[in-house]
Amino acid sequence: MTKGFQPGFLTRLLLEDRAGKLLLSSVMAITAVVVLLNTLMPEGSPLHVSNYTVTLLGKYLCYGLLALALDLVWGYCGILSLGHGAFFALGGFAMGMYLMRQIGDRGVYGNPELPDFMVFLNWQELPWYWYGFDSFAFAMVMVALVPGLLAFLFGWLAFRSRVTGVYLFIITQALTYALMLLFFQNDFGFGGNNGLTDFKDLLGFSLQSDSTRVVLLISSALALALGYLVCRWLVSSRYGRVLVAVRDAESRVRFMGYRVEHYKLVAFTLSAVLAGIAGALYVPQVGIINPGEFSPINSIELVIWVAVGGRGTLYGAVIGAVVVNYAKTWFTGGMPDAWLFALGALFVITTLWLPKGLVGLYQQVAGFINERRNQQNNRIEKTELVDHG
Amino acid sequence: MNQNVRQALHGLSASFLLFLLLVLSRPVLAVSSEDLKPLLTKSSWAQLERVVTSLTEEGSESSQQILEHWLNGKLFIEKKQKRLVFAEKTPDKQYRIFDPFFAEGESKGEPLELGTVKKRALKKVRINNQLRSAIKTALASWDLKASDPETRISAIYASLKTLDSKTLSTLRNMRASEEDQAVINALDIALALDLFQQGSISEQIEAVEVLTGSDNPFIRSVLANTLAGTENPALAQTITTALAEIDQRQQYYTVAENVFFGLSLGSVLLLSSIGLAITFGVMGVINMAHGEMMMLGAYTTFVIQSVFPELIDQSLFIAIPLAFLVAGAAGVLIERLVIRHLYGRPLETLLATFGISLILQQAVRTIFSPLNQEVATPAWMSGSWVINEALSLTWNRLYTVGFSLLVFMVLLFVMRYTRFGLNIRAVTQNRAMASSMGIPTGRVDALTFGLGSGIAGVAGVALSQLTNVGPNLGQNYIIDSFMVVVFGGVGNLWGTLVAAMGLGVVNKFLEPWAGAVVAKILVLVFIILFIQKRPRGLFALKGRAVEG
Amino acid sequence: MQHKSLRFSYAPKYGMPSVISYKGQTNRKILRKALFSRFAVTVTDHGTPLAIPCSGNEQRTINSGEAMKNRLCKLSRSFLSASVATAALSLSVMSQAADTIKVGVLHSLSGTMAISETTLKDTVLMMVEEQNKKGGVLGKQLEAVVVDPASDWPLFAEKARELLVKKDVDVIFGGWTSVSRKSVLPVVEELNGLMFYPVQYEGEESSKNVFYTGAAPNQQAIPAVDYLMSEEGGAVKRFVLAGTDYVYPRTTNKILESYLKSKGVKEADILINYTPFGHSDWQTIVSDIKKFGNAGKKTAVISTINGDANVPFYKELGNQGVSAEDIPVIAFSVGEEELSGIDTTPLVGHLAAWNYFMSAESETNDEFIETWQSFIKDEERVSNDPMEATYIGFNMWVEAVEKAGTTDIDAVRSAMYGITVPNLTGGTAVMNTNHHLTKPVLIGEIQDDGQFEIVWETKGGVIGDAWTDFLPESSKIVADWSAPVKCGNYNLTTGVCSGQNY
Repeated sequence: MTKGFQPGFLTRLLLEDRAGKLLLSSVMAITAVVVLLNTLMPEGSPLHVSNYTVTLLGKYLCYGLLALALDLVWGYCGILSLGHGAFFALGGFAMGMYLMRQIGDRGVYGNPELPDFMVFLNWQELPWYWYGFDSFAFAMVMVALVPGLLAFLFGWLAFRSRVTGVYLFIITQALTYALMLLFFQNDFGFGGNNGLTDFKDLLGFSLQSDSTRVVLLISSALALALGYLVCRWLVSSRYGRVLVAVRDAESRVRFMGYRVEHYKLVAFTLSAVLAGIAGALYVPQVGIINPGEFSPINSIELVIWVAVGGRGTLYGAVIGAVVVNYAKTWFTGGMPDAWLFALGALFVITTLWLPKGLVGLYQQVAGFINERRNQQNNRIEKTELVDHG
Repeated sequence: MNQNVRQALHGLSASFLLFLLLVLSRPVLAVSSEDLKPLLTKSSWAQLERVVTSLTEEGSESSQQILEHWLNGKLFIEKKQKRLVFAEKTPDKQYRIFDPFFAEGESKGEPLELGTVKKRALKKVRINNQLRSAIKTALASWDLKASDPETRISAIYASLKTLDSKTLSTLRNMRASEEDQAVINALDIALALDLFQQGSISEQIEAVEVLTGSDNPFIRSVLANTLAGTENPALAQTITTALAEIDQRQQYYTVAENVFFGLSLGSVLLLSSIGLAITFGVMGVINMAHGEMMMLGAYTTFVIQSVFPELIDQSLFIAIPLAFLVAGAAGVLIERLVIRHLYGRPLETLLATFGISLILQQAVRTIFSPLNQEVATPAWMSGSWVINEALSLTWNRLYTVGFSLLVFMVLLFVMRYTRFGLNIRAVTQNRAMASSMGIPTGRVDALTFGLGSGIAGVAGVALSQLTNVGPNLGQNYIIDSFMVVVFGGVGNLWGTLVAAMGLGVVNKFLEPWAGAVVAKILVLVFIILFIQKRPRGLFALKGRAVEG
Repeated sequence: MQHKSLRFSYAPKYGMPSVISYKGQTNRKILRKALFSRFAVTVTDHGTPLAIPCSGNEQRTINSGEAMKNRLCKLSRSFLSASVATAALSLSVMSQAADTIKVGVLHSLSGTMAISETTLKDTVLMMVEEQNKKGGVLGKQLEAVVVDPASDWPLFAEKARELLVKKDVDVIFGGWTSVSRKSVLPVVEELNGLMFYPVQYEGEESSKNVFYTGAAPNQQAIPAVDYLMSEEGGAVKRFVLAGTDYVYPRTTNKILESYLKSKGVKEADILINYTPFGHSDWQTIVSDIKKFGNAGKKTAVISTINGDANVPFYKELGNQGVSAEDIPVIAFSVGEEELSGIDTTPLVGHLAAWNYFMSAESETNDEFIETWQSFIKDEERVSNDPMEATYIGFNMWVEAVEKAGTTDIDAVRSAMYGITVPNLTGGTAVMNTNHHLTKPVLIGEIQDDGQFEIVWETKGGVIGDAWTDFLPESSKIVADWSAPVKCGNYNLTTGVCSGQNY
C-alpha cells in the first residue's frame, strides 16, 4: 500500500522522524510476528499466538489510529475535541450497517429484508437511511463521509464563530452526548442500546475464521501506518507549520492574513475521517457496535491516551493508546478491583511529572543521560556536584 | 376508655369471655374473636376483607386502632402465643410489642406494652392494595369526626367514590354543624355530586354549577362520563360549559406546574453547577472531579444518618456544614497536591482531575460497597404542599429551589462583599499583581478551590434527597454542570443562575411535547448552536480576562 | 480398596492414559485419579507404558500397593530425572490447570453496572467456596477466575475470549445487561464456551452456548399483567407502560401491548412512555401518570425502568402522593437490592414480579440467606432474584458436570437438559431444552422494611419461553436443542433453522 508514495518522498518524510520510523517498523514487525506465529505454529505449541492476541492487537491498533487522529487536531492545532469518540462510533456504525446487511436471511427470524432487531419490534420496511449499505463500496464511502461531513459542518460553524478552548471542548462533548442519546433511542433505527451485533461475514469471508482475523489485523496495521504517514506529511508540510502557528498564537496568525478557520477545518475533517476509519476497522474485530461508544467518558479516555503517550508527536499518541489499553486489559484481568485506582493514578502522575507523556519521559531520560555523559567527559573531577544536581 | 366499648364488653357472653381469657391475657375485646381469627391464620384475601368490614361495622376505637396499625404495617402476630400485637421498631432493631385491646382503667389510646421481642418472634399480618384501600375508606368514616379540618376535607374527598346513604346522612349532619368554610365547600361539593348522580335533570343542572368550582379529578371524570351518556341537550350544554371551565383552569395549573417543574430542575442544575462555577468558572480548572465532590457530600449525609439514626429530621442541618467541610477539605487537598502544579495548563487539569475522580469513585466503592446507600428523607421534606385538588407542589422540590437560591446568594455575598472574595477576584484577574500587593496567592487558590468543592459537597446533601446515593452520583451530573456553566458564561455567577433556570424551564416545556429523551437532545443541540452565536456564553466577560 | 492390578492403555501421541480399567471395569473415579497422575506417567525403557503413583504423591488412594509403587517410583525416577527434566517446566503449568476446574466470572466490578453485578460476582464466589467445602466437583477443587469487563460492552467480548482462551475456564457465569450478553454471544459460540446468564431479559434468543436462568417475558411480564387484571390485583383497566429507552423495555412493552389488546384493552387505555438511562427528573412523567389515572378507571403502571432511575422515580411518586392503592406500580427491575438504597415507607404496596423474593419461606432459602450473609459479613445484606438465578445455574452446572463425568462443554450441555435442582422458593427448577428454566412466578408488594410480601404466585412452575407468542414474527419460532430439531430458532412455518452454522 505504501507503494503509492514516491520512494524518495517517503524516505524524506521519515528521515527526519526517527521515532516515527521506529514506531512504524515495530508496529509492522509485531504484526508480522503475531500473524506468522498465529498461522504457522500449530495450536498447542508454546510459540503459538492465540486468536485472542490477534484480535486484541487489532483492537489496540484501531485505538492507535483513533489516538493519532485526535493528536492531529489537539497536538498540532490546539483543538481539544472531547467528541472524537463520536466520529469513531459513526464510522463503526457505517461498517456495522454493512455487516448487518451481509447477514441477509441468516438472521434468527430468517427475514431477508430486515435486521433482527427490526423484525421483532415489528418494523415493516427498511428505513431509507439503510439503503445502499448492501454494497461494500458504498459503506466504505459512508465510513469516511459521515464523520467527515459531520466534522465539516460542526467545524465550519464552530471555527467560523471562533469557538475555542473550553467552549469548544464543551460543545464537542455536547455533540457526542446528544448523539449518544439519539442512538440509544430504539426508534432511531440503529438497534438502540444493544447496537448492531451478530455479524456473520465481511466480503464473503466469515468473521469467525482465523484468516479473516489475520487479514483484519494486517489491514489495521496498514491503516495505522498509512494514517501516520498522511498525518506526518501534513504536519511537516507548509500547511502543518501554519497549523502549529495557529495552535500557539491563533490571533497573530489571523492578523497575518491567514484564514485560520480554513486550516482548522481541514485538519478537523481529516481527523474525523481517520477516526471513522479506525471505527470501521474496530467493529468487525470486536463484533459489536453500540451507542456506548458515543459516551463522553470514552472520548475523555481517548484524550488521556494521547496525553499519556505525549501529544504533538503523532507517534506518542499511538504509544499512549496501546500502553493505556494494554494496562486496562491487564488490570481488568489481573486485579479487577484495583484497576480504577491504577488508571486514576496513571493520569495524575502523567500530568504532574510527565507533561510530555511517555515519549517525553524517554526524551528526558535520554537527555539526562546525554547531559551526564557530557558532564562526565568535561568535568570528571566535579562528579560529586553532578550527583547532587 | 370509650363508653361504647365498655357496653359492648358487658354484652359479651361469659363463655366467650372465658375463651378470650385463655387466648389473650387481657380479654378486653369489642369484636368477636371469630371475626379476627382470619388474621391469625393463613387465610384468603376475601376472608381478610371481611375482617375489615366487621371491624368497620363494629366501629369502636380499638377497631379503629387495629385498622390503623394494620394499614401502617404495625399489626403483627406473635408467633409463640398466637396473638395479635402492635409492634414498634426500636433503634436497635428490636420490636416493642403492645396489646391492641384496651383494658379497663387504662387511659384512652394508650395500649399496654407487653415487652420487647426479636423480629423473628413476630409475623406481620398480611395486607395488599385491595385491603389497604378498603381500610382507608373505612378509616375515612372516623376521620370525618377528626378535629383537624384538613383531615376532615381529605376524608370527605375520600368518600366521594363510595357515597352510600349512611355516609350521606353523616355528611348532611356535618354540613349542618360545620363552621370551617373550606370544609363546608368540600361538603357542598360532595352533596352536589350526590344530587348530580341521583337527582332529576333540573337538579343535575343545578348541581353542575357547584361542581364546576371543584378541581377534583374524580368529579371531572363523572361529569365527562355523564356527558357521554346523556341525551338531554340542556344538561349536555351545561356540562360542556362546566368542563370547558374546568379544563381552562387545569390548563393554567399545568402551565404553573410546568414552570415549577422547570424551576426545580433548574435549581438542581444550579446546585450541581454552582461549585463548578467557582472551580472552573473563576479558577479555570476543568474540574472533572466536581461530581465526586458532590458524591462526598451525599455520602456525608449518609454517614450522619447512620451515626445518628434518631436524628433523621435534623440530619440535613448537621450534614450541610459537615459536607461543606469534608468536600472543602478534599478540595484543598487536591489543590495543594495536584492542581497547584498545573496552573496555566487548563487542559491538563482535565486529565489530572479525571484521574482523581476515578480514584474517588473506586475508593467509595471499596469503602461503602458499590451499592446505593439509603438516605432517609426527613418528615418535613416528604409529601407535597396541596394548593388545591389539581395543583400541589412537592416539598422536597420546593426546599431545593429555596436552598439553591440561598446557596447562590451566600456565594454571591462572599464573592462581592468579603475580603476573601476580593482576594479571589484579584488573584484570578491578575495573579502577579495580586501577589505583589501582598495577597498570599497560594493560600487563596487553595481556599477558592476548597470553597468550590465545599459548595459542591453542600449540593450533594441536597441531591441525596432527590436521587441515588452511589458511586455514580457524580458522573450523572458532571456533563450537565459543565453545560450550564459554559452556557451561562464562564466566570459569571449570574450567568450560571440564569442558564440553570432557563435550561430547566425550557427542558420541562419541551418534555411533554417531545418526550424526555428528545427534549434533552434538543437542549443539547440548542446549546451547541447558541455557543456558535455567542461563543462566550450568555453573559460573556469582557476585556482582557477573555483571552486568559 | 484392595490392590489388584492396574491396566492402562495409552494414546501414544500424548503419552497419557485414555482408557483406564480397574478390576475389569471402567471407573470414573479411577480415571480421574489416573488423569491426575498423568505427569508422573511416562514410557519405560522397554517401551511399555507404566504408571508411577509414587508414595507421597496424591495418588495414594489408587492403592496399587505401597511396595510396588515405591519400586516403580524409584525405577522410573532415576530414569526420568534426566530425560524429563526439561519437559517438567512446561508440564507444571499444565498440571496446575488440571488440578482445578476453573469457573469464569464475567461481571462488571466498575462502571455503571458495578452496582448490580458486584453482588453476582460475590454470589458465584460464595457458591464456589461452598462447593469446594463439599469436596468440589469430580473430586477437583473449583477455582474462580474473576475479570472485570468494567461496564464496557466490547470489553465483555474481549474478556470472554480471555477467559476461554487464556484462562481456560470450563464455564462462565456472567452478564447483566442485554448488550453485554449480545457482545459475549459470538465469542462463546465461536469458541464453544458455556455461559450462564442470570438476569431477566427480553427473550428472543436461544444460543447453543448460553443457559438463561433469569426470567423470560412470559415468566415475569405476562403473569404480572394477569395479576393486575384479576379481581385480586385490583381489576385494572388502564395501563401505563413506563420504561427506560432500551431493548428490554421496548420488547417487553411490545409484547405487553399486544397481550393487553388481545385481552380487550383499548388503545386509548394504554400510555407508553420512555425515558433516557439514569433519568432523574420524574416530575413531568409522574404528573402525567397521575392525570392518566384520574380518568375514572382503575389504572396501574407497568415499569420497566432500569436500575438507577428507579430511586428518583419512586421518590417522586411518593412525594406527589401517588399511593399504591390508587395507582399501583409493578416493576420488573426492582428487587431487594434496589430497594436497599431507598427509604421504602412511601412505596409500601407497590409491586414487583420476580421468580424469587428474599421473603420466600423455605428452608433452602433460610440456609442460602444465612450462608450469604456470613460470606459477605453483613447481616443486613439482602438477596435478590438474579442471585437465585445464579444459584440455580451454578447448581445445575455442578450436577450436569457430575452427571457427564467431565467438564467437556458438549457433554455438560447434553447433561443439562432436564436437570432439576431445588430453587429457593421451595420448589424445583428444571432446565428445558430451549435453554430456559421452569420456575414459579411471584408477585410481591413492597413493605416498609425494604422486603416484599408475596401476595400472589403461580400454581406451579412456568416454562420459560425464548420466543414470545405475542409478537407476530417471533410466535412462529421455537427453540429446542434436543434432537431432532437441535436449533435455537426453528421456524415452524418454513421449517428452517436460520443462520445457524452448527
